[in-house]
Amino acid sequence: MKESTKWFLFIIAGALIVFLLGIHIVIMHFDDLLYNLGVGDKDVLSYESVVHRSKIFAHVVVYILLLGAALYHGLYGFRSLLSELPLGRGLENALSIIITIAGVVLFVYGAHAIIIGYIS
Amino acid sequence: MAKDTKNLVGKPITFKILRYDPDKDTKPYYKTYQITLERGMTVLDGLMHIKENQDSTLAYRKSCRMGICGSCAMYINGLPRLACQTQISELNSPVVVVAPLPNYPILRDVVPDLDPLFIKHQNIKPYIIREDKAELEKPTGEFSQTPEELERYIQFSYCIKCGACLAACPTVSTSDLFIGPQAGAQAYRYIADTRDDGFNERLQVLDDKYGVWRCHFPGACSEACPKGVDPAFAIQLLKREIVARRFGFKSAPKPAPLAPKPEKAERRPGIPEAPAPTVGQ
Repeated sequence: MKESTKWFLFIIAGALIVFLLGIHIVIMHFDDLLYNLGVGDKDVLSYESVVHRSKIFAHVVVYILLLGAALYHGLYGFRSLLSELPLGRGLENALSIIITIAGVVLFVYGAHAIIIGYIS
Repeated sequence: MAKDTKNLVGKPITFKILRYDPDKDTKPYYKTYQITLERGMTVLDGLMHIKENQDSTLAYRKSCRMGICGSCAMYINGLPRLACQTQISELNSPVVVVAPLPNYPILRDVVPDLDPLFIKHQNIKPYIIREDKAELEKPTGEFSQTPEELERYIQFSYCIKCGACLAACPTVSTSDLFIGPQAGAQAYRYIADTRDDGFNERLQVLDDKYGVWRCHFPGACSEACPKGVDPAFAIQLLKREIVARRFGFKSAPKPAPLAPKPEKAERRPGIPEAPAPTVGQ
């Protein structure tokens, strides 16, 4: 993958995080307002409410997208930080591979938790 | 608070100069000299005074003495500057510390090896690239360009290749592989030139981990440039250009055609014919 593609995805992921995190904040922190408008649960932190939300397909999509975007954006930034160290080409490539693997593992782990909540 | 250095005129100034002779010395060391400050004296004047009157073994690089050639870029009191443009009185210190530019190997004393600068510059193909090579080799006219189109890149063409920007760049200090601000600015200078069609030829060097994406925009290069060029800005413009062209937000512009020759134009009396071209003969 060309470096410009990685950078462009980094920017897209950043914009996506702002949008998806906005949804998360509205649902979780404007719960009283949503409840009064008749579109939310009364107690968003209760077990029943968490289970209810995890069964909504849109919730699954939003949180899997947010997980992917946050992981990509954060780990790309972390890689950029590490690239400021005088490591040399070999060590830099090895670190990129390790960060990529870590990102994939964390995404699979997180997505698995979201999907299990949806289908169980 | 800055000292009143106007009072230093006629008084002794200490020059602390980094000395290194690879044939004799195992490592660089500082040697101290004293001179009397004269009105209007630059750091280069001071170095020349020391070489002529105190130590003829001192090596430094200079040529034009008027901020045009870029030969005398040095690390003066903690910043990369042109020695010929730096007034000692403006340093606000009775001590002038002179060292070779950082981020380069030292050839001798304050003379850096500028090979990294020129190799990176060469890698971005700093010349007009076009399909119609015959026209480039044996021009039959001029490629058209409006003053507005010239404005897009003119400031970047003021680069004198002194190397101060690379010396100031914190990213170059962590990786020799980064193309650096000078080459980045020159790449943009040619890509933004409407006569040029070499974007794709330069892309391999620019769109790389060690290309423009390595720049994290500290802006030290732009602060250091003695000619007012803004390489940090050029690199950000390059990033935008690469993304815009690669992802279809902008199509590749066609290079400027030959401008039509003036019709019914007559040479003014006394204006001689242009000399015959010497290139490609």
